[in-house]
Order: sequence, then C-alpha cells, then structure tokens
Amino acid sequence: MKAGSNLEKVLSSGHFAATGELGPPKSADPEVIKRKAALLKGFVDAVNITDNQTAIVRMSSISVGTMLMGLGIEPTIQMTCRDRNRLAIQADLLGASALGIRNLLCLTGDHQHFGNHPKARGVYDLDSVCLIAMVKGMRDEKKFDCGEEMDVEPRFLIGAAENPFADPFDYRPYRLAKKITAGADFVQTQLIYNVPKFREFMRRVCDLGLDKRCHILAGVGPIKSIGMARYMQKSVPGMDVPEDIIGRLKAVPKEQVRKEGIKQCADIIREVRDIPGVAGVHVMAIEWEEAVQEILELAGLLPRPTL
Amino acid sequence: MIKAKQKPLAEIRALIAPYQKILILGCGTCVTISFAGGEKEVGLLASSLRIAAGMDGLQKTFAEATVQRQCEWEFIDAVADQIKRADAVLSLACGIGVQALAERYPDKVVLPGVNTTFLGMAIEHGVLVERCRACGDCVLGLTAGICPIARCAKNLLNGPCGGSQKGKCEVDPEMDCAWQLIYDRLARLGQLDRMEVLQPPKDWAKDYDGGPRKIVREDLRL
Repeated sequence: MKAGSNLEKVLSSGHFAATGELGPPKSADPEVIKRKAALLKGFVDAVNITDNQTAIVRMSSISVGTMLMGLGIEPTIQMTCRDRNRLAIQADLLGASALGIRNLLCLTGDHQHFGNHPKARGVYDLDSVCLIAMVKGMRDEKKFDCGEEMDVEPRFLIGAAENPFADPFDYRPYRLAKKITAGADFVQTQLIYNVPKFREFMRRVCDLGLDKRCHILAGVGPIKSIGMARYMQKSVPGMDVPEDIIGRLKAVPKEQVRKEGIKQCADIIREVRDIPGVAGVHVMAIEWEEAVQEILELAGLLPRPTL
Repeated sequence: MIKAKQKPLAEIRALIAPYQKILILGCGTCVTISFAGGEKEVGLLASSLRIAAGMDGLQKTFAEATVQRQCEWEFIDAVADQIKRADAVLSLACGIGVQALAERYPDKVVLPGVNTTFLGMAIEHGVLVERCRACGDCVLGLTAGICPIARCAKNLLNGPCGGSQKGKCEVDPEMDCAWQLIYDRLARLGQLDRMEVLQPPKDWAKDYDGGPRKIVREDLRL
C-alpha cells in the first residue's frame, strides 16, 4: 500500500470504484459542509474537495478534507499549480498528510481569468506533470523538490486528471502516459457525455498499456436542465456534449428533466463500466449532491464495499 | 522588439498636471516601429495636450524632441539642454528609456507616456503579438521554435492543458493554443516523440524571480 486509503484498497482489490465530489462554500460556514457530507456519506469510496474550482475563492480543500474525516468520510484533496509555488505546495502537503489525508489529485488549475479574481497573478511555478513527479519524490524518496531529505514523508495516493475531449485528441493518451510515468496512481477524467469518443480514447490508452499502470476513473455527472447542457456544450472549454444527450432531456416534460438527467447519468455509468480499462467512476454532481445516491443505486454500484 | 502602447490621454494629463514646461521625448527605435512613441506620436500627443490645456485655460508649454534611442547615454546626452529647460520630461520610450533619463538627470521629473507591454512582433500591419518573455533559459530548442512560456497562458512545459480546443486557448478563443502549434510543428518535423519527454520544473531564478538580472561581459569591458 502506498497510502493505505480506502480508495486505494477499493482500487487495488479490483472493485469498481465510485468517488464523489464536494464543492466548498464561498464562505466560512461549516454547516454547508456538514449538509453536503451527509448526502454523500456511505455512497462513495472517497470525496474530492475542489481547490478554488474555476478560480473562484472558496474554503480551502485541506481544511474541508479535515472536516470530512471528522464526519467519517474519506477525502481526496485537490491541489492546483495556479495559486501556490513549489514551497507553498510542499508545505501544505506535509500538513495535509500530518492531518491524515491520504488521497491527492494534482491539477494545473483553471486559469484565473475565469474566476472572481481575474487580476490575480497566476503562479504556475509547476505544471500538473511536475507536481505529480514532485509528490512522488516526496513520498517514495523522502525528498523535497530541491533534493533535500525529510524524516517523515507524506503518504498520498497520487491522482491526476485527463480530458479525453480536449485537443489534440491523438496526443491525449500520451499526455496521460506522461502523468503516469511521473507518478499518478489513479486518474479521474473530465465529464464524459460523448461515450463513443471516450471508448476510442480508452482503446488507445489500453493499447499503450496505461490501464495496467494506473487506475482510470471515468468522470460522469448528471445534467440538471437543458440550459445547463447548452451552456456546457457551447461555453465550457474542453467539454463535449453531443446533441443526442440534450435530445433525450428535451424529449421528457420539463418537470421530469432532472429525473431523466439522473437516469441518463446512471446509463452512462453502465456504458463506461463495460469499456476495457475503466476501473471506476468519479461522479461530479456539482451543487446537486442529492442526486449521487440515486445515480449510484440506478447504476448498481450500491452498497459500496467495506474493506 | 519591445512593444508599447500609449497611455490613455486622461492618465497622461493627470501625470503632467503639476508641471508647466513639458518636454515630450520620443524614441526612434522600438516604440517608433510599434507606433507608440516615435516622432510622429510625439507630434500628435503634443497637439492633443496643447488643445486640452487650452480648453482648460492652463498655461502649459509642450516642447518636442525624439532621439534615436533613449536607452543609450550618448543619445539622451544630445538633448541635455532641452531636458534642463523643462519642468518635467514626458517620455514616450519604453520603461528602459524612462529609467535611463531618470538615472542621467537625477534632479528632473521623468514621466512615462506609454505602457511597455511585451517583447514581440507585428504579424500584420497594426497587429502586434507577444513572442518572448525573456525568461533567461530558452526552451525553443525543445518546442519546435514556439515558446510555451510566452504563448501559453499557464506557461506549461508538458503539453496542452484540458482547455485546448480546436487549436485555440481556453483563455481567449481568438488566441492560438501554443501547444497545439508546437504539436503540429513537431509532427511536421517528425519529432512528435518529444511530446512524450517529461520536462522538469523550470528554473525561474533565471527569470525575474532571481531578482533583477545583469550580464557582465569581462571581455568587452574597457
């Protein structure tokens, strides 16, 4: 075991994993965390906590992660390269590990231009690949980025993200390979709505043998409304929402769109589960944590294994 | 070359408000080529400021001069008399020229009339683009001659982020994704295997993070 987390146990024992996501509040209110945590508890193997998602200031990932542990939920903290240089990242990761956090997702981060502080200086001292390599060096060689040694190493299951729908499509499996070579133990993908394209991506990933070197979790999420679907289709860079996904939601009466969105998400889970190389799903029900239990039940992924 | 953009007139008027006799000093090199601070722009700006001062009933005089390069002592020494006669010098050179004046004339108020913007080129008449960040440790040999430090919004070293779509950058749909350009050019050169090489973290100490930079060439010193 590299970190000994529940997520690591689920993945290494060959169970099909299910992880969730919790967006921290734009305030210092702990009650929001408790409310969202109650909606996820017991239904997923670990919960990602975003790090200033879409470059909007929110309660920090590590502090929310610590609160979740107190509530009996295993956190996966996220760390971006946008807001911290290599000193700050390493310091925060030492602290996170000391607090007992064992899963870490390494990201470059959404550009600050998109968020609520567009005049901020973006750090980008490292990129996600360099971040992954640095964390692996800390964990496996007890070395800081500068090469100095430490007494007690941070223990993390190292995660990476990949967007199968970004361009150049032909390069994406090779970029994933770079992250795995750098040290990624698991991968969570961008939201999948174009399943045939994801299937082709996974075929290439498996041809490179990457599924044998890393656990790949397919990113999924329910669509709440046709407006949201159109927004993701037209305005979110790197998102691929095919017209038939929207068509299915348009075919039901307006008051049933949410219900259909949940069913559609469960159907996508069933589809991606059959794709070779997929080791689990990462359910991103952004500001709709209530939907997670029903999605996973419909997808036949409950109850979760207890290891 | 260094590219610059003239400051808004309102900002320039606020900068010069305390002074009566103003020398507008252009530069004949980079800012002339980027149409921001050459002889022509000095003349246009002087006219605008004279009209504005006249409308406000202010007694201001605007002298005009342009030197070949404001970043060299010998050229700015040539206008020493005009500088001495002025209360303030409004420089239309880049930040280097402004500072050269401030250093050469310790008792003179020197004000910037342009915003020094980037190192770049005109890809067509009137369209200037950034090409170099002067990071001090050139990576162009690894990236097919296209700079990810200057041209990727996140200065990534290990390939395109998840926001690269249809060849454009997520930050600005008008802007090319630098890594798509690098990928395409490496493909053309038969060097796509370079996209698989892990690049280590960059040494930013060679950039401005190491403090102000200096080159001393002992072989050239007198």
